[in-house]
Amino acid sequence: MNANLSRLLRAVFVVAALLVPLFFASGYQLFQLTLVVAYALSVLGKNLVTGFGGQVSLGQGAFYAVGAYTAAILMEHFDVPYWATIPVAAVTTGMVGLALGLPALRLGGLYLALVTFSMAVSVPQLLKYKLFEDWTGGVQGIVLLKPDAPFGLDLNPDQWLYLFSFVVGAALFLAANNLVRSRIGLAMRAIRDQPLAAEAMGVELARYKTLTFGVGALFAGVGGALGAIAVGFVSPDSFTIALSLTLFVGMVIGGASSISGAIYGAVFIVFMPNLAEEISKAVPGAIFGAILILFMFFAPGGIASLLEAQLRRLRAAR
Amino acid sequence: MSAAAQAANSAEGGAARGGALMRVSGVEMRFGGIVALDGVSFDVGHREICGLIGPNGSGKTTMFNCISGFYRYTVGDIVFDGTSIKDLARHRMVELGIGRTFQNVALFRSMTVRQNMMVGHHYRGTSGFLSNALRLPRARADGREAARQADELIELLELGAQANLPVGGLPFGWQKRVELGRAMIAAPKLLLLDEPAAGLNHGEVDELGALIKRLRSHFSLSILLVEHHMSLVMQVSDRVVALEFGRKIADGTPEEVQRDPEVIRAYLGEGEEAAHV
Repeated sequence: MNANLSRLLRAVFVVAALLVPLFFASGYQLFQLTLVVAYALSVLGKNLVTGFGGQVSLGQGAFYAVGAYTAAILMEHFDVPYWATIPVAAVTTGMVGLALGLPALRLGGLYLALVTFSMAVSVPQLLKYKLFEDWTGGVQGIVLLKPDAPFGLDLNPDQWLYLFSFVVGAALFLAANNLVRSRIGLAMRAIRDQPLAAEAMGVELARYKTLTFGVGALFAGVGGALGAIAVGFVSPDSFTIALSLTLFVGMVIGGASSISGAIYGAVFIVFMPNLAEEISKAVPGAIFGAILILFMFFAPGGIASLLEAQLRRLRAAR
Repeated sequence: MSAAAQAANSAEGGAARGGALMRVSGVEMRFGGIVALDGVSFDVGHREICGLIGPNGSGKTTMFNCISGFYRYTVGDIVFDGTSIKDLARHRMVELGIGRTFQNVALFRSMTVRQNMMVGHHYRGTSGFLSNALRLPRARADGREAARQADELIELLELGAQANLPVGGLPFGWQKRVELGRAMIAAPKLLLLDEPAAGLNHGEVDELGALIKRLRSHFSLSILLVEHHMSLVMQVSDRVVALEFGRKIADGTPEEVQRDPEVIRAYLGEGEEAAHV
């Protein structure tokens, strides 16, 4: 079969498969899938920064929060329609990422981990801070209304939000996929593998690291905005350091240097805690930890590389 | 040195001389109280293969690092093709026309042979993050051009069968060849080779010597070769510069430098020299 045609067929198949839940899943399940998209975008941003770019960041949750609050504040205080908050959240979070990344990346190495960690710790507190309370709603947070389907579409709000998030997510995944296959993606990986050689090839390290970090933040911002709209509520305690660490887990489990890995990682962090709780109500954390360790043994490169290896074996057998 | 190698040298050596492509003048480099380079001057001509030799600690690696922008010299200057490289950022070197390889091979290990070479083409691309994320025509054109040039070099270096393999799994000698290709795709006017023979066996060193000469004639570029492996240097160089304790002690054709009493003394020590005299 022609390579282009088979690629097209595969894409159609994947899209169709992902749209199936729209008609069969319950409202709560659709809500969970919408969250998967939101987290997948955030994990994807991390994959770009850490997996492809080699920069260790621990604060993706903070960017998720910035995106979520940008959307919430725009909807609550400025009556901006929910869909229009997405691009604003993207740009705002991207800018915040650039501003924070600029000094930290020049220092390099583990300093970025420290700076992003401090960011993740301080964001919930900043959101509760008196000075911003009029905007952020302080400890109470902001309650949002779930949007209805437009154009008289016969979909309930959960169905519509899943479809909406799915389209936004697909567009951004496509963009990320293009990016990592381009000269920019090669430069990012070159910096991770051999910074001195990358420089000798004309790659300006500080510029690429900073821009990559900004793009990573942007993806988290869009994820945060989608998440806020889906949950219909933002509050400081939804965005603690635990969120950043959860996204970190998603990155590692899914496969850090892969695009599709972000989806597997997001599925894992949305569904696995529930599964762990079903196994044991008393110690779900310990079960979750044990599952993580199992994954480390059987899929050290993440789910994405495990699947890739299986696929290669299948092709070789054929 | 063999008679054949000598003949090859004199045949190519004459044509290679001309105006200087790079002029190193009075470069001084200190680390604390230690003088690593003490006013070194020499020229590298167009299409010239210049060997830089010297015993351990003579300053040849320091010199290499000054030329590649890794160390910042304070006294003296290095002028390349009319431009001083004193304050030039390292990522701008390649634009100016200076390419390099690394002593222990610094390939991008997670990438294939072709991808490694495509990174070498990076500085010629103009498309940014957004146009590549959206695959705009300019971004696609950059990608096509990089791939085309990479394929050309892959053919020249006879790496066709390995082009899509991850570079980390290749034998060391082949990795060196990939690294050469990655430097060459940027079409440098001067190629800096940092101990390219290190870690190669006898046959591989011979192949390397032939390859260096082939690159020079195919791309008509200059090469600065910092190398311990004396027979390789003498076999391929048009001119050899010898350093000792941060000073230049000899500068001339391989034959001249080999006969130079200072060089013999530096390599063999005082006692040996006395024995020769």
